[in-house]
Amino acid sequence: MIPAPFAYARPTTVDEAVQAIAEGGEDVKVMAGGQSLIPVMRLRLAAPETVVDLGRVAELRGVRDDGDAIVIGAMTTHAQVLADPLVRQHAPLVAAATETVADRQTRHRGTFGGALAHADPAGDLPACALALDAELVVAGLGGRRTVPAAEFFVDYLTTALEEGEILVEVRIPKLPGEWGMHYEKFQRVAQAWSIVAVAAAVRREDGHIAEARIGLTNMGPTPLRATATEAALAGADATVEAVAAAAGHAAEGTSPSSDLNAQADYRQHLAQVLTRRAVLRAAGL
Amino acid sequence: MTQISVRVDGVTYADDVEPRTLLVNYLREQVGKVGTVVGCDTSNCGACTVLLDGVAVKSCTVLAVQADEAEVTTIEGVAAPDGTLHPLQRAFHELHGLQCGFCTPGMIMASIDLLRDHPDPSETEIREGIEGNLCRCTGYQNIVRAVQHAAGEMSGRARSDGPASDRSASPADVDTAAAPHAVVRA
Ligand SMILES: Cc1cc2nc3c(=O)[nH]c(=O)nc-3n(C[C@H](O)[C@H](O)[C@H](O)COP(=O)(O)OP(=O)(O)OC[C@H]3O[C@@H](n4cnc5c(N)ncnc54)[C@H](O)[C@@H]3O)c2cc1C
Ligand code: FES
Ligand code: FES
Repeated sequence: MIPAPFAYARPTTVDEAVQAIAEGGEDVKVMAGGQSLIPVMRLRLAAPETVVDLGRVAELRGVRDDGDAIVIGAMTTHAQVLADPLVRQHAPLVAAATETVADRQTRHRGTFGGALAHADPAGDLPACALALDAELVVAGLGGRRTVPAAEFFVDYLTTALEEGEILVEVRIPKLPGEWGMHYEKFQRVAQAWSIVAVAAAVRREDGHIAEARIGLTNMGPTPLRATATEAALAGADATVEAVAAAAGHAAEGTSPSSDLNAQADYRQHLAQVLTRRAVLRAAGL
Repeated sequence: MTQISVRVDGVTYADDVEPRTLLVNYLREQVGKVGTVVGCDTSNCGACTVLLDGVAVKSCTVLAVQADEAEVTTIEGVAAPDGTLHPLQRAFHELHGLQCGFCTPGMIMASIDLLRDHPDPSETEIREGIEGNLCRCTGYQNIVRAVQHAAGEMSGRARSDGPASDRSASPADVDTAAAPHAVVRA
């Protein structure tokens, strides 16, 4: 099927984009790479009156160094993220997760910002943004504001973006010290979404785990931090046994769904197993 | 209607399209590039893969208006002007990398994209590189061989180190080696 008819706007700046949304009528959809939006429109699950295509807004593309953070433009494609040396150096977790997203074709079109704004619970990048304490810069008619990742993901497919706002860029703080990072994804077949996945960043110091940050994908309507495991790991011995014990808490406070791929209790089991694997890899154990 | 100008397989077209027109439908119905096919309704199968400004995309998941001012290469544009097949086309033919052939245009376009980034891919790199393309017939074995073989040919390496080097093998022999549980007799 093809999408229902819509009016099409193609701004070239953020200001023009925000203006085009304001003038687009009742039901306006912003289009980034279109890799989630076009399939949804083809199935007529969305039939917006106006589509505002951000594809020509050059200022939204690319990765830059901003001192204590790297900044990823919302329209930077997955393929560009993968090729970027700043991401490899300062946010290898994002690169590791992006590698698992979809397939080469989809990664050429799909964008970092689109994946966050879409906020699919099975999407791989929201849990990474959460684990790395990213900050999301959004723009509307009234100007710009910054939303911490912990407040950005509100519910299933729902973010803190207000009507008329767009995601502009994502600031990922550079972590001081020596961090290891790993993304452990469990999926049934190639190019499939995560059944459960775990994003882990671990800092080791003198044979101990000084600090761990763990984001969970698909363990509820939004990405979650495995806070009980993080607490158990802080100061723990850097041993397989200590990591396994801490990972046993990974499913605490989660509320995963049951669907064709997995029941909720199986997802909770997976969260523990995958957290153990992810932390071991991130800690170099 | 929106006016677009797209260069397809070396020829520039100026056309009016509805913004909702998918690139694949524009290519097939307005430009006549019926070599590019549609295999699914869910962006999964990759049969519709073309190169958009040099990189592989699923043309059923791109709007024609998004290709305005861009360059598209379809399967119909990969052979040389004198009709000499692209090394990947030849390898798919010679190594029996297809059965019904429906996935083949997309497989070849995805493989061109893969070999640009990985001129000498391992078997795993090939399998992951074409994970966005589904084949319901072959079981992928001979597709992977064909890509390996073409990679060797395109980079001028004579491959004497693997089954893909066996250019004289008949398709039946190749099949037998690939899938010993389903012996095919010549
Ligand atoms: C076959 C296939 C397999 C996939 N597999 C995976 C997978 O394994 N893991 C995974 O994480 N993802 C997967 N995806 C999704 C992919 O990551 C998409 O790139 C992503 O979900 C959406 O990015 P996009 O740029 O295409 O956004 P679009 O589809 O253009 O937009 C998605 C939504 O976000 C909104 N939006 C986009 N950008 C902005 C912005 N700057 N400001 C405000 N709102 C915005 C749009 O309005 C829309 O509602 C897959 C997609 C396909 C087609
Ligand atoms: S037809 Fe485009 S992915 Fe199936
Ligand atoms: S040859 Fe039939 S789908 Fe691949």
